[in-house]
Amino acid sequence: MTSNFKSNISRWSLRYIALGYLLMLLLLPIGVILVRTFDEGVGAVIDAITTPDALAALRLSLLTVIIAVPLNTVFGIACALIMVRSNMRGKSIINALIDVPFAVSPVVIGLALVLVYGTQGWFGADLAAIGIQVIFSTPGIVMAVIFVSLPFVAREVIPVLQEVGDDQEKAAETLGASSWQIFWKITLPAIRWGVSYGIVLTTARALGEFGAVTIVSGRISGETETLPLFVQKEFETFNSVGAYSASMLLALLALATLLALNLMRRKEN
Amino acid sequence: MSSDAQAVEPAVSPAGGKPSRAGIRLPGAGDALNKGLVVTYLGLIVLLPLAAIATKSFEDGLGGFWNAVSSPQAVASLELTVTASLIVVAINAVMGTLIAWVLVRDNFRGKGVVNSVIDLPFALPTIVASLTLLVVYGKDSPVGINIAFTQAAVVVALLFVTLPFVVRAVQPLLLSIDRDMETAAESLGASKTRIFWRIIFPNLAPGIATGIALAFARALGEFGSLILISGNVPFKTEVSSVFIRGQIESDNLVGASAVSVVLLAISLLMLAFITFVQRRGSRHDQ
Amino acid sequence: MPETQGHGIEVTGVSKDYGDFQALTDVNLIVPDGSMTALLGPSGSGKSTLLRTIAGLEVPSAGIVRIGGEDQTRKPVRARNVGFVFQHYAAFKHMTVYENIAFGPKVRKWPKERVKQRVYELLDLVQLSGLARRYPSQLSGGQRQRMALARALAVEPSVLLLDEPFGALDAKVRKDLRTWLRRLHDEVHVTTIFVTHDQEEAMDIAEQIVVMNDGRIEQTGSATDLYDSPENEFVMGFVGEVNSLGGKLVRPHDVEILNHEAEGTVEAEIDRIVKLGFAARVEMLTVGEKGEVWAQLTRTELEPLNLESGQKVFVRPRPDAVVKEDTGVLEEIFKEEDPPASGKPTGVTPGLPV
Repeated sequence: MTSNFKSNISRWSLRYIALGYLLMLLLLPIGVILVRTFDEGVGAVIDAITTPDALAALRLSLLTVIIAVPLNTVFGIACALIMVRSNMRGKSIINALIDVPFAVSPVVIGLALVLVYGTQGWFGADLAAIGIQVIFSTPGIVMAVIFVSLPFVAREVIPVLQEVGDDQEKAAETLGASSWQIFWKITLPAIRWGVSYGIVLTTARALGEFGAVTIVSGRISGETETLPLFVQKEFETFNSVGAYSASMLLALLALATLLALNLMRRKEN
Repeated sequence: MSSDAQAVEPAVSPAGGKPSRAGIRLPGAGDALNKGLVVTYLGLIVLLPLAAIATKSFEDGLGGFWNAVSSPQAVASLELTVTASLIVVAINAVMGTLIAWVLVRDNFRGKGVVNSVIDLPFALPTIVASLTLLVVYGKDSPVGINIAFTQAAVVVALLFVTLPFVVRAVQPLLLSIDRDMETAAESLGASKTRIFWRIIFPNLAPGIATGIALAFARALGEFGSLILISGNVPFKTEVSSVFIRGQIESDNLVGASAVSVVLLAISLLMLAFITFVQRRGSRHDQ
Repeated sequence: MPETQGHGIEVTGVSKDYGDFQALTDVNLIVPDGSMTALLGPSGSGKSTLLRTIAGLEVPSAGIVRIGGEDQTRKPVRARNVGFVFQHYAAFKHMTVYENIAFGPKVRKWPKERVKQRVYELLDLVQLSGLARRYPSQLSGGQRQRMALARALAVEPSVLLLDEPFGALDAKVRKDLRTWLRRLHDEVHVTTIFVTHDQEEAMDIAEQIVVMNDGRIEQTGSATDLYDSPENEFVMGFVGEVNSLGGKLVRPHDVEILNHEAEGTVEAEIDRIVKLGFAARVEMLTVGEKGEVWAQLTRTELEPLNLESGQKVFVRPRPDAVVKEDTGVLEEIFKEEDPPASGKPTGVTPGLPV
């Protein structure tokens, strides 16, 4: 049965080409770094990620996430409601704007923020006058993180909202529910998986942002250095254990993200 | 009763369509507030910064703009960036489809894990990607491959970060293909290759196109994953995003903005091209 | 003008347009309190729009809607106390059957005990007792629709509105459920309006049928009124069977078959004779116009005629038959719709793992 044999060969070759590619590109790098990190033992790793600078970087990263994710979640849901359920003019502009963070280089994003909120930028001087410093300070970093992680909740919720349709909401309306009640009891539960996926993706993106934050932060260790920036600094100062350890931490967070997504997909079905 | 006692106004329905379902009925303090907030949020965070770049790039007039983008270093970076991105996108078109095929049509132990791992480049910070690629394909490579500070490194790093785009765009299309079509073709005597190109591929093409568009935009602007492994040598391994950073650090904001605008324009051009190709292809669907 | 007492419905001069598209034109209708009315018509006739306008889900461009004597035209649906049942159930998928039915009462902040009592009362009424803890996805279509009915009735609405309630169900379930609905109505006596495109359904259970076409009411009346005295060819064709014979519409049981030419007859050839119990169908093809005609006779009427397939006969409407001019209106309505243009395969939301 040569055709069966041939089709098996082609199936296997496709499989191994794919797996080989993924191995060389993805799995090997992750595996190697997990191993190399512990080259000098677990103690060295723990020391490296508990230095004051490392902890400050971790704190700053978490702070940006705590601010950016809820804001973008609320924005994403509100945006989806407008795009799917209302009649506003200019929806296509909003649609395009939501996708901008996907299309623009992080460095350009950083530059743009500097141009608007830097001391020589459009608002920088005015903000400085009332004591707010955006660039080279935490607010700038938060804004950069918000920008790059903006689209995820909106993009996940919009198709879900479209698919759910508004029959249930109309039914609730005929039963006397107010707009708020409808939103909390009917709409939100219906889109909860979209929101959850969106939140996980937003968090991962926010934690990992590098390019834009590099530009706006000034990279002042211990103050305006997020965890990804910390990795770069450690590398540039030849502190490989520090760099690997912080990377491993970030990689573990990334894997946790994937795990969360996986579990959610299973629960949804 | 509730405070929002306005009558529900339906959206305009297409001629002959069912009565519309959309009501402008957003939660909370009314839809005007909602819309206002969304628009303000987008405006402050996205629109304003974009406008600033466009404005700054022409601050020294057309001449200044042209000077900035035609400097040898800028041109070199753009050439490298665009070429590398095109190469990467071409590879992704093939490998992404192949991987999607294996994930959908094949079955083996650990397939679920492999499927989840595809999303890794989305979740992993770019700087970590850079470091890991350097460790594996740099000076102390465990597999004996050292491409650090070469243009190959640029391509590899870009392949890493753009991996999921085509795969994830093609997978759902593959899943929803009607297998009966293939069986029908087979019963009519078509070979596997012909079935793939004439029956399956046309259905995957939109996904491949979407994936390519996204991958290209991403590759064009990629920064973090290249930082450590490419060496950022001007005229050799410096991509445009790194060049722009250099310009910012040298306080040449006009130059940085100008090249940014060029990058954006190239992105848009690619998008337009793909949309054009898609429209031509989809005429066959009618 | 008779006044609507209790919770009767009065629709006066209602029109509705969506930009260029006119969905309803000058609709006038009275639905007596406690009655069951059917809005019957083909798709696009405006029957759903009319129902939704009465419900408050749409606002008319002109005209007045009165429920229980009060002008409710501008009132939003949540203030109207109407029960609405959707064609595709609109079940709250993430809530149990109990929670679905309890939704209305809970929104009105009824005390817990009263809510519980009411839900169980309704579960009994719609024969879903014991399924309170199930989710809609675990119910059959018929059960889901009964749940939807219970949910709508939970807050004791003054009016019950059903939009093609059986449209998504199998033929057998549809028949069972509509009989069940009629019995329910007899027990509960809520003013009820339902939308349907199925004339058999309307004629089976509704006291009053409103035949609609193209945004207008063609005729309102009981099933007998519409069948025996149709006001125009649309009503005649939509309610009951018709044949087109010599440019006229005639009921099958009014088709007279003769074996010799006579005044007003048309020549036809017998195609086949079908005997269905005590009745018989004689299917014929008219010579000349090349049309299909069929007559319905009782066996006793058929026997003496000694008809055979292939035989030439002469047909005409009986002298006392109800007859309307055939101007081709019906052909338009019953012409098969073109299949929809194929859409492109769906794309994927950009940049995101699926």
